[in-house]
Amino acid sequence: MEKNYYQKELETMEREQLLALQNERLVAQVKHVYEHVPYYRRLMEEKGLVPADIASVDDLHKLPFLTKDDLREAYPDGLLAVPKGDCVRIQSTSGTTGRRVISYYTQHDVDLWDECCARAIIAVGGTNEDVVQVSYGYGLFTGGPGLNGGSHKVGSLTLPMSSGNTDRQLQFMTDLGATILCCTPSYAAYLGESIADRGIKDQIKLKAGIFGAEAWSEEMRRDIEKALGIKAYDIYGLTEISGPGVSFECEEQAGMHINEDHFIPEIIDPETGEVLPYGEKGELVFTCITKEAFPLLRYRTRDITILTDEPCSCGRTHVRMKRPMGRSDDMLIVKGVNVFPSQIEAVLLNEGLSANYQIVVDRVNNSDTIDVMVEMTPELFSDVAGSITAKEKSIVNALKSMLGIYAGVHLVEPRSIVRSEGKAVRVIDKRKI
Amino acid sequence: MTIQQISVFLENKPGTFRNVAAELSKNGVNMRAMSVADTADFGILRMIVDDNEKTKKVLADGGYIYKETEVLAVEVGDTPGSLMRILETLGEAAINLEYMYAFTTKKNDGACLIFRVDDVAKTTQVLSDAGIKLASAEELKEL
Repeated sequence: MEKNYYQKELETMEREQLLALQNERLVAQVKHVYEHVPYYRRLMEEKGLVPADIASVDDLHKLPFLTKDDLREAYPDGLLAVPKGDCVRIQSTSGTTGRRVISYYTQHDVDLWDECCARAIIAVGGTNEDVVQVSYGYGLFTGGPGLNGGSHKVGSLTLPMSSGNTDRQLQFMTDLGATILCCTPSYAAYLGESIADRGIKDQIKLKAGIFGAEAWSEEMRRDIEKALGIKAYDIYGLTEISGPGVSFECEEQAGMHINEDHFIPEIIDPETGEVLPYGEKGELVFTCITKEAFPLLRYRTRDITILTDEPCSCGRTHVRMKRPMGRSDDMLIVKGVNVFPSQIEAVLLNEGLSANYQIVVDRVNNSDTIDVMVEMTPELFSDVAGSITAKEKSIVNALKSMLGIYAGVHLVEPRSIVRSEGKAVRVIDKRKI
Repeated sequence: MTIQQISVFLENKPGTFRNVAAELSKNGVNMRAMSVADTADFGILRMIVDDNEKTKKVLADGGYIYKETEVLAVEVGDTPGSLMRILETLGEAAINLEYMYAFTTKKNDGACLIFRVDDVAKTTQVLSDAGIKLASAEELKEL
């Protein structure tokens, strides 16, 4: 198959050449931020830094970090680097953690974001002949606008569905013959169930899906691929850096290529802030080197992942990141043990259970408890109670060996766990600590 | 000669059994016999109904998890010792009884036992050899 790229010369650039481009852009960006963002200039001054100290990517580690706390402190426009009159758009985080964060865009910033999403769509086989159904939320959330813009750049017919209203989603999907679906993985799974319920799988023309904005697993990917008859690809991004398309998967489905001509990634030890080499697990940090309005330098994402610079057979030279293994800020600490919801999901799917689950953490008599509510499936159900309790016990044991602590398992009625059409509520932490 | 029993998953929270029963009654399903098994975490409603196809449709439409399984039914006299005779027969043949429930019948002032075993064919043979007659689905309706 002829390999396609949206911006071949940038996406397949020799590493040495890419580094030279990054050096040049980084130096200019640091100067731009220092001159226009008093908040960051103060952080640099505290470290005794001036722009001339940053001569190349090798000096990046000298720069101070930015965190979500800085964004809150500088709310609403303390990190803006251009006059408001030059901005054309804001986006805002979906507010799942903490207070809202606002990101600003000039037209240049919107264009580069759209181009990143266009790269993602073409990487999954998209062309101007495709019908792209964008079922991410539109509005302040970056999911809808990002993929919408990318689809326009590719020249695909764009269905700006936004999230929710499943009947209408399925009607447009079938009537207009959507070929690429963009939404959260949990909504993709839900659409898959709805298609099966209605018995309309033969009317679905989807070939690929671009799914991001929440944690999912390889098992969930396979389930979605089967239910929708597609190849499911991962996409990554965050509002602070631009939105979806900061990195995306190619046909290899083996990690997401980071658009390094725009965003320089680093992996750090979340405790010490020390930069870690490729291949080591740590917190992902981004430096925006092309954005004008909201160019965050060394922004700590709280996402835990691993980078690899191993060449990819797709021809893209940009480094790849693994799907985040959890966020250092939604990581649960239960009985002193670190628990990632994705670990629990992997166990459930591995045991043949439904991907619809909810984790409830509580504190009873000064001791943490963790319980997993799982929806009953026809395969698991039996008229003999003993065979169900035996299965429950095997799940408890599997969770114990994965997590190192006891987690209760409770079977609940099908479809009783709320499926949010945006982000699934996976964890309820009732502890008052 | 087996009977098709329908079992339904009941989550352990108030109102789940009532909701199923309400759905069935609204659709005119008559339960001939039933039992509820409960564990700390969930319940299983097992029932013999007058119309399995209709019941399955009601349950499917309501989004319930259910299952149809083969059980055996034996009509016995409503007198001391009639249960023992069956249990002894099964015990001697080393047949594992998963569960059993019973209801009294109008006809002959008798009783009917519904039970589930892992080996239906063997159990049928053992009971037949001992001269114990299994009730058919049709006969069950007349009891």
